[in-house]
Order: sequence, then structure tokens, then C-alpha cells
Amino acid sequence: MARLDISALSLRFGGVRALREVTFSVADRALVAIIGPNGAGKTSLLNCVSGVYRPQAGRVLLDGEDVTPLRPHQRARRGLARTFQNLGLFKGLTVLENLLVGRHTHLKTGILAGGFLLGKGRREELLQRQKMQELLDFLEIGEHAQKLTGTLSYGLQKRVELGRALALEPRLLLLDEPMAGMNAGEKTKMARLILELNEKRGITIAMIEHDIGVVMDLSHRICVLDFGEKIAEGTPLEVRRDAKVQAAYLGAA
Amino acid sequence: MEFFLQLTLNGLVVGGIYALVALGFVIIYKSSGVLNFAQGEFLMLGAYVSLTIMTAARVPFAAAFVLTLLFSVVLGLLMERVVLRPLLGQPIISVIMVTLGLSSVLKAVVQGIWGTDTRPFPAVFPTDPVMLGPLPVSLGYLWSLGCVAVLLVLLNLFFRKTRLGLAMRATASSQQVALSMGISVRNIFALAWVIAAAVSAAGGMLLGAMRGGADGSLAFYGFKVIPVVILGGLDSITGAIAGGLVIGVLENLSGGYLDPLVGGGVKDVAPFVALVLILMIKPHGLFGRAHARRA
Repeated sequence: MARLDISALSLRFGGVRALREVTFSVADRALVAIIGPNGAGKTSLLNCVSGVYRPQAGRVLLDGEDVTPLRPHQRARRGLARTFQNLGLFKGLTVLENLLVGRHTHLKTGILAGGFLLGKGRREELLQRQKMQELLDFLEIGEHAQKLTGTLSYGLQKRVELGRALALEPRLLLLDEPMAGMNAGEKTKMARLILELNEKRGITIAMIEHDIGVVMDLSHRICVLDFGEKIAEGTPLEVRRDAKVQAAYLGAA
Repeated sequence: MEFFLQLTLNGLVVGGIYALVALGFVIIYKSSGVLNFAQGEFLMLGAYVSLTIMTAARVPFAAAFVLTLLFSVVLGLLMERVVLRPLLGQPIISVIMVTLGLSSVLKAVVQGIWGTDTRPFPAVFPTDPVMLGPLPVSLGYLWSLGCVAVLLVLLNLFFRKTRLGLAMRATASSQQVALSMGISVRNIFALAWVIAAAVSAAGGMLLGAMRGGADGSLAFYGFKVIPVVILGGLDSITGAIAGGLVIGVLENLSGGYLDPLVGGGVKDVAPFVALVLILMIKPHGLFGRAHARRA
């Protein structure tokens, strides 16, 4: 059973058909990329998976469970985490607070109360703190934990956002252009993190990315969208050789 | 000098209550974008309910205070569930109009139950003054100030240190993103109404206790909150507290010094004069966020 199954998904905005019968699945522990020219429907697809958009037809299955009727927060509670194209950070909150919000589904009320809890609550709090610390260390943002997120550099903010999604301990991680707007150094760093998450931690990842070099290097499989339709799917090699893909990207010869 | 200090202190005491009520107003605005014009009625209702609990059940003020807060929690939940939730997704202006209607309905309900005469409040705080340096101060004022301070500290802890407090701040920042973290934004809205109803009721009880009576004029404090939040910044909790204190002191000072010159009434007008001036000079308030707009 696939981690994520999208079947015959169609989405319309008025007269615009953003997605047309897209069928696609992501295997457990896979790292897949969704690519396509601007306006191909990549983010729309992601939004249908995370529950922001309600498709007119088709279904989204998470580990075999039909989540199509569920609202975004209900899907998050089932282990679906995401990042946003143009950063969806809570800029007025500190880095640590952002991560804690990401952990919302795992926290019990009052846990963060710090200091005046004893016994069970105290142990629980220590456990949570330990997990946060691990996450901060992994992303190498520990020194910024108490800073307001809005004051950090763009590259760091991207990492914080990734961390916040990870804090949810996702079964499926959706990344919307994790490397957009980054310089070469930051991109390499982010690519390494994504790879490590997938290979060492076994997290299933579906990402939208424009940097074809990165996509070809990292992904196990690639799904190519154009004008709301899936025009190709396969390994990086297969996709690269696909005539339709070449036409979509370079224009028909 | 003593006159000045006395006025300032009185201003701080009333201002603290403004701060509390303004906080409720800001919390609703921050989480859902709605301006709640029924805030003053929540306050009035709090005063009447505590009064009834005290006289009917003959319990001390502290117990009545807690029971009234519980009542407000239920009231807040009920308001959100019955009045606001059905309007989810409607234009904000419609929701705001509904809160205006809600204020009329609540006012009528209060008049229906308790009538329009002033109901005397049992003596809650000791009335004898204590000396604060050279200044004789009513003990009741100090109690009120203390209660407000405790509530503000508790709320602050709630927002910083608890899961739900953090979720509320996250929702205020972006509902869409908060949803993707597994936060139920509807529940957060409900929580905002609960807090707003509770802090307003607390303000109403303290005001009732200080004035020694409850009547329809208590609802007017809901409007006093508007200059407070405009001064502090509509979306700032710090601003609500600072604004409350400043407006409280301002109206007392201007009333104390200008009333004899013009024959009274300045106290009630001063906050609104300030409101107009703030809107002309610093429209986003002291702590509010200025939104950049494309021309």
C-alpha cells in the first residue's frame, strides 16, 4: 500500500481547470518530486493533498485512508506536514516557539508551563524539550532558538520552516519549493538535509522544486505536470528522455 | 502635586480595567478579524451576574468572582457557537454587524431580568483609606489594581507558556499555516470569545465593586475600549495594556483639571478626542503593525 495515493483528482477554479484527472502515488519511504512549468498545477496538487483546496473529483488516500473529506488540521493530525512556497512562518514568534507550534498535535495542554510542574507533567516536558533540542541540532539552528523568526536570514528561515514541519513527526512531508530563492551554498545544505531525512530517518517526502539539477540528483521518482495534466512519471532518467517533457520545457520542435 | 498623584492613581485603577477589557477586544480581533461591539455588554452582564450570586447565594466576593468567570466561559462558548460559527466564511463586516445586534439583545436581556434601576453592590472591598506615602488611597482601588495585575500576568503566561496560548498566537499570525500544523482554527475562535467574555466580566465585577452599584451605564465601557485599542494598536496585546493605562490616566487628569474650567463632562469626551488625534497622527497606534500597501 502506498503512503499517498492520488486518484483521478480534478480541480477547477471557475473556468480554469487547475488539475485534470491527476493520478499519482508515493511509496513508503520514497522521495518524489513534482515538477512542471509555471502554472502547471503543482502547488494546487499539493494544496489538494494537504486539504487547503477541495477537489471537485477524485480522492486522496493517506496510508489507505480516504482523507478527501478531511480539513487541513485533521490531515495534519494524521501525520501530514508541509512547508509553503513563500515561507509560512510565524514571524513574530521565536524559532523555538515555531517548532513548538509544529508539535501542537503531540503536546498535551499546559506542557510548556516550565518550572512549576512536577512528576508526570515535568517528565513529559523534559521529553518534549529534548526532542526540540535534537531537531534544533539536526538543522544547526540551535543558536537561534530564542530569536524572533522574522529577524533571521532567508536561508535560515527556510530551515526553521522545515524544522517546524518535522516537529510534527510526519508520515508524509510535503515541501513546496524548499530551495526557492536560495544561493548555491544554502541549496547544497538543504539538499543534504532532505536526503538525510529521507535516507536516515526514513521520512516519505514529496516535493515541488524548480531546480532540475537538484530534482534529478535527489528524487527516486518524478511526476511531471503541464497545464494541470500529468504528462509523465518515472525515474529521473526516464523523465529526462521523455519527449513530452522535453516539449513542455523547451517548446515543441 | 497631591491632586495630580491622586488623579493619576485613579486613572491607573480604571485604566487597568480598560486594559483588561481591551485585551479581550484585541484577542478576538487578532484571531478572527472581528470587532466585537458586545464587549461592554459582556462587562455589564458580569457585574449583574456576580451581584446576583452574591446577594442570592450569600457567598463572598471571591467565590462570586470565580463563579461569574465560569459563567462567562459558558457565555463565550455559547456566543461563538450560536451566533458566530454559523457566520463562518461570511464577510467580516456582516459578523461585526451581528456583534452590534448582539449588544442590543444582551442589553435588553439584562434590562428584562434586572430592570433599569441601579442595583447596589454589597460592600466588597474595605472602604477605609490607607496611606501610600502622603497619599490617602482607598483600599478597594488597590485591590482592583492587584486583581487586574494578577489576571494580566496569568494571561501573559497563558500566551507564552501553554500549548493553546501558542496556538492562538500562531493562528493570529496565519490561519492557513496554523491549520496545516493541526490546529483547529474554529476552536481557537471559540477560545478567543471565552477569554474575551471572561476578562470583560472580571472588569465589570471590579467596576461594580468600586462604584458600589451596577446599572446600564456599565455597557458604555465597551465603547471606552475603542480609543484604548486604537491608541495601543488593534493587533497588539501589549498595546491594549499600555493603551488602557494611558487612556485611564488621561481621562482622569483632563477631567480633574479641565472640568472646573468648562463646567464638567471632559472626562467622558477626552478619550474620544484622543482617538481622533491618534488616528490623524499615528493611525496604527503605538504598538500596532503598519501594513504596507501597494499604491
